[in-house]
Amino acid sequence: MSKITIPLGPQHPALKEPVNFTLVLEGEQISGSAVNLGYNHRGIEKAAEDRTFLQDIYLIERVCGICSHSHTTCYITCVEELAKAEVPERAKAIRTLVGELERVHSHLLWLGIAGYEMGFETLFMYTWRDREQVLDCLELVSGNRVHYGINTIGGVRRDITPGQKAEILKRVAILEERTKYYVKLGTEEATVLARTRNVGLLPHDVALERGAVGPTARASAVKRDVRKDEPYLIYDKLDFNLITHNTNDVFGRLVVRVLELVESYKIIRQVLDYLPEGPIAVKVPAKIAPGEAVNRYEAPRGEDFHYLKSNGTDKPERVKVRAPTMANYPSVSYMLDGGYLADVPMVIAAIDPCMSCTDRAMVYDNKAGKVRVYGWDELRKYGIEHYKKRGVDFTKL
Amino acid sequence: MQKPARALFEVLGHLFKKKATSNYPFEKAVVDARFRGRIAFESDTCIGCKMCVRVCPAKAIEIILSAEQPPAPAPAADGTAPVPVKKKFDCIMSLDRCIYCSQCVDVCPKKSLISTQDFELAHTDRKTLKRHYK
Repeated sequence: MSKITIPLGPQHPALKEPVNFTLVLEGEQISGSAVNLGYNHRGIEKAAEDRTFLQDIYLIERVCGICSHSHTTCYITCVEELAKAEVPERAKAIRTLVGELERVHSHLLWLGIAGYEMGFETLFMYTWRDREQVLDCLELVSGNRVHYGINTIGGVRRDITPGQKAEILKRVAILEERTKYYVKLGTEEATVLARTRNVGLLPHDVALERGAVGPTARASAVKRDVRKDEPYLIYDKLDFNLITHNTNDVFGRLVVRVLELVESYKIIRQVLDYLPEGPIAVKVPAKIAPGEAVNRYEAPRGEDFHYLKSNGTDKPERVKVRAPTMANYPSVSYMLDGGYLADVPMVIAAIDPCMSCTDRAMVYDNKAGKVRVYGWDELRKYGIEHYKKRGVDFTKL
Repeated sequence: MQKPARALFEVLGHLFKKKATSNYPFEKAVVDARFRGRIAFESDTCIGCKMCVRVCPAKAIEIILSAEQPPAPAPAADGTAPVPVKKKFDCIMSLDRCIYCSQCVDVCPKKSLISTQDFELAHTDRKTLKRHYK
């Protein structure tokens, strides 16, 4: 069979921002793939050098709209390490709380998107409705739903009142109830199993070799979680499990994320119980002592990595960010190989890419010399139709 | 579903649930008291230290001397220098640049900048986004 090369992207290949995948097709099967990045380069690292350490918090928060707290906490820990600032325990607890609420909102968002890519739109509607609960919690704690702006150098900006504590616990209880339903749905629903099982396989040794991180790695039975490996904030005082799964496929990634939701609720309860009394921030001078710092943080998508170099002024000399999706891209090309074109949206969505989305794929028919452009919607429909022919149909539910 | 009864239970349950959506803009959206909206300015207390200008990550604030200044105080009767009156300052806030982080509110030593719950700030005219607070 002749090979056809099709580009997927750069306008929205996976979900949010632009990235380009080059897929080599043999019929419907993919025999080779390559990832091309760089369409969304905003020069944040360079811009950070022109701003003060405090202003950089708000810039770095905007690296990503979903893990905004992960990036700032990772960056700010570097700054505090260089400034030798002792962050109060209460501030650490509040940071942990917001971090876990963020994980819940990110995983629920992913579950909805996974449902949407499968053609299971009811799941999408359910999870996004429930996600409002956790977004309300975040607004309650920080003042905003997405860019929380809770971190400041030396602590946090807002305290938690007993009333808010009760409100968060109330909403977490609702979410816990709903998550039980999603656990059942994800693990028992025949149609979900048919679309996720043995799709986008990433064996254990390949995941290690390609340096996969986060739920993508944990679904391949790699025990890798910064919260356990190198506890930061107050994670060493908390009791939670490291969730892994051994099916190596999209199903495994779904199970890991849904079970991590349950662990996050556990952590939120423990943090609210623990919440020590005391100040929420210490004063840190604007000028930070010269030196270098490196820090890791377990973002919802995996290990986030920040490097910071200070030269003794109030502005950093160098900031380097390695976001988790970057570490997962080498695995994506492996996962796509040998799979079907119809599974591409599912496989790309399964790493929860925090950087782009596809708008169109172009299929070039060599013989007829015709070009056909697939939009993301069409590709999604194609995936749903492809599985309908094989007996996987959500419309009959 | 493998067990159709469970789906039925879920569906019937939703008949008795409250609506998840609200009828915005006909119903006002309620934001939390901590919400960081448009920044308001009080000229009376501003001392023109420009701390807000220095910390603003988006360079959205300008603090300038007001065009109309309070009249200079009359010299004291015993010939000593008069107590100077506080200068008056204006604030020009570019709402299209502002990222609503409220860092200016946090640093203001006189609490002249206030975070409000006003979030309906979309305009078709760009000029209206530049607010001149006097």
